[in-house]
Amino acid sequence: MKSISNADMRTLMFVAIITILAPFIMNPFPTESALAQFNAGYPDLMQRFIIFGILAIGFNILFGLTGYLSFGHAAFLGVGSYAAVWMFKLLGYGILPGLVLSVIVAGIFSLLIGFISLRRSGIYFSILTLAFAQMSFALAYSVLTPLTNGETGLQVYADDPQFLQSATAPNVPHLFGMKMNDTFSLNMGPWDFQFNFGYYICAIFMLIAFYLSIRIFRSPFGMMLRAVKTNQTRLNYTGINTRPYTLAAFVISGMYAGLAGGLMASMDPLAGAERMQWTASGEIVLMTILGGTGTLLGPVMGAGFIKYFENIFSKINETVLHGWFAWMPDGLENAIVWVLHLFTGKGWHLTLGILFMAIVIFLPGGLMEGSNRIANWWKRRKGGDNASDATATPAE
Amino acid sequence: MSNFTRRGLIKSGATVGAGLAMPTLITSPVAAYTNAPTGGSVTLGFNVPQSGPYADEGADELRAYKLAVEHLNGGGDGGMMNTFSSKALKGNGILGKKVEYVTGDTQTKSDAARASAKSMIEKDGAVMITGGSSSGVAIAVQGLCQEAGVIFMAGLTHSNDTTGKDKKANGFRHFFNGYMSGAALAPVLEARYGNDRNAYHLTADYTWGWTQQESIQAATEAKGWNTVNNVLTPLATTDFSSYVAPVLNSGADVLVLNHYGGNMINSLTSAVQFGLRDKVINNKNFEIVVPLYSRLMARGAGENVKGIFGSTNWHWSLTDEGSKAFVKSFGEKYGFPPSQAAHTTYVQTILYADACERSGTFNPCGVAEALEGFKFDGMGNGATEYRAEDHQCFKDVLVVKGKENPTSEFDVLEVVEITPRAQVEYAPDHAMFAGGDLGKCNPGA
Repeated sequence: MKSISNADMRTLMFVAIITILAPFIMNPFPTESALAQFNAGYPDLMQRFIIFGILAIGFNILFGLTGYLSFGHAAFLGVGSYAAVWMFKLLGYGILPGLVLSVIVAGIFSLLIGFISLRRSGIYFSILTLAFAQMSFALAYSVLTPLTNGETGLQVYADDPQFLQSATAPNVPHLFGMKMNDTFSLNMGPWDFQFNFGYYICAIFMLIAFYLSIRIFRSPFGMMLRAVKTNQTRLNYTGINTRPYTLAAFVISGMYAGLAGGLMASMDPLAGAERMQWTASGEIVLMTILGGTGTLLGPVMGAGFIKYFENIFSKINETVLHGWFAWMPDGLENAIVWVLHLFTGKGWHLTLGILFMAIVIFLPGGLMEGSNRIANWWKRRKGGDNASDATATPAE
Repeated sequence: MSNFTRRGLIKSGATVGAGLAMPTLITSPVAAYTNAPTGGSVTLGFNVPQSGPYADEGADELRAYKLAVEHLNGGGDGGMMNTFSSKALKGNGILGKKVEYVTGDTQTKSDAARASAKSMIEKDGAVMITGGSSSGVAIAVQGLCQEAGVIFMAGLTHSNDTTGKDKKANGFRHFFNGYMSGAALAPVLEARYGNDRNAYHLTADYTWGWTQQESIQAATEAKGWNTVNNVLTPLATTDFSSYVAPVLNSGADVLVLNHYGGNMINSLTSAVQFGLRDKVINNKNFEIVVPLYSRLMARGAGENVKGIFGSTNWHWSLTDEGSKAFVKSFGEKYGFPPSQAAHTTYVQTILYADACERSGTFNPCGVAEALEGFKFDGMGNGATEYRAEDHQCFKDVLVVKGKENPTSEFDVLEVVEITPRAQVEYAPDHAMFAGGDLGKCNPGA
């Protein structure tokens, strides 16, 4: 394991421990308390954190390293999901064939799109990928309905063949008989922690994906990709053909997206066409920028941030707000609830938008820059203390 | 370097965590079904579109849900609970437990809707999910509820598939469907426009559009009409002029718009602007039909809906006791009459609560049994039955027409005919509904 540096190893261990302990970390508030509204430690959302984390890690390999901004990554996610659900329909609910196929299909699909789109760079590349993704969405939504089940979404029906499904196998996605939706809950006083099997499967895949991404970042290949970002023209003039490098990065990040799509279908065996819409692609871009482009941890943080807002803030409705401020005099309570309800419940987009603007303006490096600044400030403070100690010691 | 390293912090954190977890390793008692309510309250999940194209419908649904909860808990004037034929509900919540609710945003996307429903089930302990303002979302959430073991009471979903090939044992639909629209509309159209007509269909290119088009085509062809053409329009279309222009030269004398929401507003406006309604083709006045109407849509299309026929599940101008009671309590609370989306979601909530009372449990299997084959009245649609075979409500269907002289912005539709239930009924294995399997009720846990 000396193949990665100690610093990287620490980051990896940090991520591993956070993901393992996530059911505790995400549920800081007792179940019955008013703040339980902010708990995020339930299986579905934790799975989403991880899955979108994988997606963002993959996207970062393309955007963070080469600077090519793909606006169509959701298409690979969607293709991966469809591939996985088809495997459930044809072979049975074991998730491995689905995951393998989703990565392969997304890889082939991204090779195709990348081959064409990478003939251009900059804004033209973005527009091309956007066009391809919207085309895939339109195809999935209506034209290819026999394959995708259109608006309703592809799902498994009781009369599907499922050739490898044995009579005893569970009737939900599983890995060697262990069901993805099996949840073990742990009651500790007022707290209720949920440990979900599917979540830990996703976590394992995320850690592998994260490890691979570290290796790519530190490899000569990664260096070449950074060179593309810095000055592609100069590379071309020195006689290096950059296309194979960018195409490889595109395909790798497409396969990451495919894996995320496959996992998504494994956690919840339904693939809807909206997964491929341009807004979904835009969301991936937001995640990466929000977290910190080109950093290892940033995209994962960005993914968690956005999914948290989508799932937690959108559920704070006026009744909940009234509950919080019930202790205030009536007029004041109504005024505060009126102001806050613009930002919560159906207004969650607004809050996210404001935060996004604030982060882009004040922390151009995303959440990672924020946490680095805090860490540096902490170190400086500690360092300052040490320094004064050091100067004081000889004098004594 | 400080000696307070990240690694050290994590290590000690992990040890403390593990230490805390070990001695108190108690798992929760095994319940008979998912999210069995334990305290003095029961949680329902209201999953409606709060953003996206159907946000208006979603907002109205949410108002109706809040009203229903108020009535169930004994607040307000009781609304349709007073006119409902079943008297099991006492105004003290459900089975003595106070009704609480959580809300979520489906965004009219099946993924987002399922995520939102899952958080209601996994985090908030909802024992029933209801809502949806499009068939894709309703079908997706219905499937999820079947797997999770909670009851799904569908909101506004009109596709045949919801209780056809995608029907589920834990899912129930009060709203009518495409087949019923066709069966109710065809006789009225025949009476007004004769049985020698050539219809041209513009159809939204997705599942709902197709099933409705198929239903209308079958029903009108049975009356002797001829279908000239069926053109599929992409959902994202906003400018329909290129689709409307060819209609003029096709020899058709009726245009059927299988569109909903913003699509319908745009396509109808486009058709009227082209002067289609002033044309005389084959010596007959050119006519436009919009099979699925909603008041919110009719309002959006303004002047253009005048005199145009369509069908609807319910309308606030009905004068039966149930409708009057509902319009009164909704109007008093919010200041305007409810839409059909509000009506169906209110009724669904009351029906669910009533089924729990009658079966004496929140167990989905008990509730489903109480709902299957349940006959009731006084909920605004006359005598109604929840058919056991496919969990679809059978009741009268309204044929409506855009009002020529609206008196207010809410008074845009008038009821032309109340088509009796017998005329819109079909066999559970009808070709348009075949292929599905209800399966077994799933209590989860």
